[in-house]
Amino acid sequence: MFEVLNYGFMQRAFMAGILVALICPLIGTFIVLRRLSMIGDTLSHASLAGIAAGMAGNFYPLWGALIFSIAAALGVERLRRSFSQYAELSISIVLSASIGLAVVLISLAKSFNADLMSYLFGSIIAVSMKDIHMISALSIIIILSVYIFYKEFLYISFDEEGAAISGIPVTALNIYFTVLTAMTIVVSMRIVGIMMVSSLLVVPVAASLQISTSFKNTMLLSVLFALFSVVSGLFTSYYLDLAPGGTIVLISVLLLIIIIIMKKIGSFSLSYR
Amino acid sequence: MDINVLSAQNITFNYGSNTILNNVNLQVHKGDFLGLVGSNGSGKSTFLKICLGLIKPQFGNIKLFGTDIDKFKNWKDIGYIPQKATAFNQSFPATVEEIISANLCHKLGFGSIIKKENKDKIDEVLDIVGMKEYKKRLIGRLSGGQQQRIFIAKSLVSQPKIIFMDEPTVGIDKKSEAGFYDLMEYLNKSKKITLVMITHDFGAILNRVNRVMNVAEGRIFETDKSKVFSN
Ligand SMILES: Nc1ncnc2c1ncn2[C@@H]1O[C@H](COP(=O)(O)OP(=O)(O)OP(=O)(O)O)[C@@H](O)[C@H]1O
Ligand SMILES: [Mg+2]
Repeated sequence: MFEVLNYGFMQRAFMAGILVALICPLIGTFIVLRRLSMIGDTLSHASLAGIAAGMAGNFYPLWGALIFSIAAALGVERLRRSFSQYAELSISIVLSASIGLAVVLISLAKSFNADLMSYLFGSIIAVSMKDIHMISALSIIIILSVYIFYKEFLYISFDEEGAAISGIPVTALNIYFTVLTAMTIVVSMRIVGIMMVSSLLVVPVAASLQISTSFKNTMLLSVLFALFSVVSGLFTSYYLDLAPGGTIVLISVLLLIIIIIMKKIGSFSLSYR
Repeated sequence: MDINVLSAQNITFNYGSNTILNNVNLQVHKGDFLGLVGSNGSGKSTFLKICLGLIKPQFGNIKLFGTDIDKFKNWKDIGYIPQKATAFNQSFPATVEEIISANLCHKLGFGSIIKKENKDKIDEVLDIVGMKEYKKRLIGRLSGGQQQRIFIAKSLVSQPKIIFMDEPTVGIDKKSEAGFYDLMEYLNKSKKITLVMITHDFGAILNRVNRVMNVAEGRIFETDKSKVFSN
């Protein structure tokens, strides 16, 4: 079964996949707890516009994706201050703008082709060495940032006001966090695909929330669930010739359902003191 | 020279055309145990939030330990227990320990490792509120009163020099309430921690605090303890 790992493309797919599985839950945990689940969809559509811009303008599409999704992230944060009571509204506005821009750029680039499809649905064979470099660099930034600001992000997710009074620069960290989310999208989309990035941000976390006993635990369990989904998803999609993104996400949803059922049955609750 | 712990000067605050505070002043001295009273909607919580920099007044300025609030950096010296602290997302998956250690952010610096001395600090404040054995419990799985005690512990953990409390004993049983006030008196008298407390609890005003300020009709004025009962 493991001989497929002798192929260069498969090694690259696994490397990218494992980084994705590490990073999506790290960022996703905070996203879910801050009830910002829609932000993944928004930034991934912005990065689709960036991909189309890259194709139309003949530059590396992941740069386009990174720039567009970071711009969208900053836009969301800016609008959030104008609509402070309706955080979702700012997300919806940027989502609409991103979809509109993506459609216009795609029609401009006349590029509705296999390449674009690979970005939309993820691909095992399309991950290049250049992609790996980009994915690794962004992953290191994201992992280090979460390590450094773990307590601050935790506090902000729990209680923004309290965090501000304890001297945490909440506004600056909120902006930085949204930028990290944008980076996470770009890291993930090569393997998972733009359509499904946001699911991988949310579903493993949803599963781990069912049984977790602490914050740290929530994060670690969701990384575990994501790793399982990605690794088994990549194998399955290779042997059954399926799009990897859909396979990975379906496996993670299945995992979530199994955990919910087992929890209902009551045979599976980690004890706490 | 003895600088005031808190100095609020000429504070005016409106919500739209609705004036909540009209040119109010308040000096809090080191060692005060100050009670802030007033009817519902009189502007007590608003005033406290202004003192903490959570809301910007349209006019006037706030100084904490002699420093303009915009330039103030020593936030670990400030403790805060908000009104309805327990109105958070009850399914938030953090333990009591994780919630309390959040208030040690500046002390711990970056990274996520908590040192032994800080763990001891967490144990100490949990012991004070009688919740030591709940350290590893999920915060959402505690009762409202127990959560309130956790928030009290949380406000103490950074060893603040002043604590602002917005109706801290709501939801706490009578016995624990007495314990809470004993603790506040101890912190105030022995540790010289300055306390500012919003409360509707006349017993506390009569027996525990040493200054009473009344908030009414956009003004704040010092009141004799005994006079509080007349309104
Ligand atoms: N976000 C808001 N927008 C508009 N008006 C507000 C807002 N928050 C509070 N107010 C008004 O400001 C006034 C003061 O509110 P505040 O919360 O400071 O009262 P309080 O003295 O703390 O009352 P309580 O004893 O009920 O806690 C109230 O009349 C309230 O209606
Ligand atoms: Mg109030």
